Amino acid sequence: MGFKHKDIIALRDLTKEDIELLISTAESMREINSRDIKKVPTLRGKTIINLFYEASTRTRTSFEIAAKRLSADTVNISPSTSSATKGETLADTALNLLAMKPDIIVMRHAVSGSHYFLSQKVPCSIINAGDGAHEHPSQGLLDMLTIKDKFGRLDGLKVAIVGDITHSRVARSDIQGLTKMGSHVFLAGPPTMVPPGAERLGNVTVCPTMREAIQDADVVIMLRIQQERQGKTLMPNAREYSRYFGLNPENLKLAKPDAMVMHPGPINRGVEMSSYVVDGPQSHILKQVENGVAVRMAMLYHVCGGELAE
Amino acid sequence: MTTEGTVILDGTGVKRALTRIAHEILEKNKGVKGLVLVGIRTGGVHLAHELAARLSEIEGEKVPVGAVDITLYRDDIKGHAEHLPVGKTEIPFTLEGQNVVLVDDVLYTGRTIRAAMDALMDHGRPTSIQLAVLVDRGHRELPIRADFVGRNVPTSRTENIQVMFDAANKPTDVVLQK
Repeated sequence: MGFKHKDIIALRDLTKEDIELLISTAESMREINSRDIKKVPTLRGKTIINLFYEASTRTRTSFEIAAKRLSADTVNISPSTSSATKGETLADTALNLLAMKPDIIVMRHAVSGSHYFLSQKVPCSIINAGDGAHEHPSQGLLDMLTIKDKFGRLDGLKVAIVGDITHSRVARSDIQGLTKMGSHVFLAGPPTMVPPGAERLGNVTVCPTMREAIQDADVVIMLRIQQERQGKTLMPNAREYSRYFGLNPENLKLAKPDAMVMHPGPINRGVEMSSYVVDGPQSHILKQVENGVAVRMAMLYHVCGGELAE
Repeated sequence: MTTEGTVILDGTGVKRALTRIAHEILEKNKGVKGLVLVGIRTGGVHLAHELAARLSEIEGEKVPVGAVDITLYRDDIKGHAEHLPVGKTEIPFTLEGQNVVLVDDVLYTGRTIRAAMDALMDHGRPTSIQLAVLVDRGHRELPIRADFVGRNVPTSRTENIQVMFDAANKPTDVVLQK
């Protein structure tokens, strides 16, 4: 059992065994985060570039902390300070960065599939921190780790994903990962926000209403309404959305009594979730963030070995 | 794993060696006060539990046992074709001011011990670290020696020494494979 991928771009490209390995490594990494000295020398001398073309607080910070806890050196590049504003193409930026000999590039980009393009151009490892409406593998992995922490397994669970499925890379990674691990995924959202043919992604059921999706669910994952993307034109207004697809203490009772509630953040309080649920006892949102660091440490550790083994 | 090869220490031999090591640890540390055992995953952890059972049998006091995984501290990560899975480090007690006995099954180049000592130092500052191994097979590449040795076995580098454990993680015998 070994990890043989140079890049981690999409959970679709990984096998069930790869995902199990990443999750079990993350479980071991978690111990480091609870120490007084939160650092191990594993990736000493490696250089990691965080190239973020889209805004991010949680993911970028989490990747940076993960890299630093493994003793790698990190450099952050964000759009406002990069030459992209001067019109440099992605390929040129990448080749210029490559000349500085990084070992891993962690990138977030608004264009789906840009990481596949980049991985053909550069020999270093690429980790996807979110590309357009395609995938967000580290979020998918940390969601699975958080679920496994509570239930001890992933197979046979009913997982509801509610919200803007079409524009959500989190939903795609969750669906790819969870169905591979044997969970049954139920989707619900306004018809304008559910992609046609979502059933073809695997063990997925599209529900006409939110109530059906969360009925007896073990896990409810709420998605953010992406106001910066097309979110605004696809629904009449936030209040109506909230009435039909918002999670509140009342409709949460439809799910199993010990169901867990998750959200990839940042939360629009009062739109997709009421504050009572966000801060309630079933919420695992901060646990997700905590697991994020461990999962990203596991990803960095495994791609580094995979690349060097060739 | 098939156990083809020569048995150099059978079950009784292993038990005797562990009992002797337990007595030597007590003699050197004058009892179990301030003493903790940390095994190196995975063989060392099983042996650490065996030693702890003997120590508490002799002294009537429990000795804490921890486990350290050294994968993240290796100096040869790039050399492995398959990336090693990372095991859990579990040291649920403080090492600050304790006398730590590090336990491993086979002492060879000394690189594992170097990595384990680095890992322990990241958990605190022990008063001392001592090393107990079941088999010392020589070929050290670093200035490291064991304080307590079950059996010294001269080997060539092409040979392999395997400490076998049964389903209950009790050591059965030590095998030399050509």
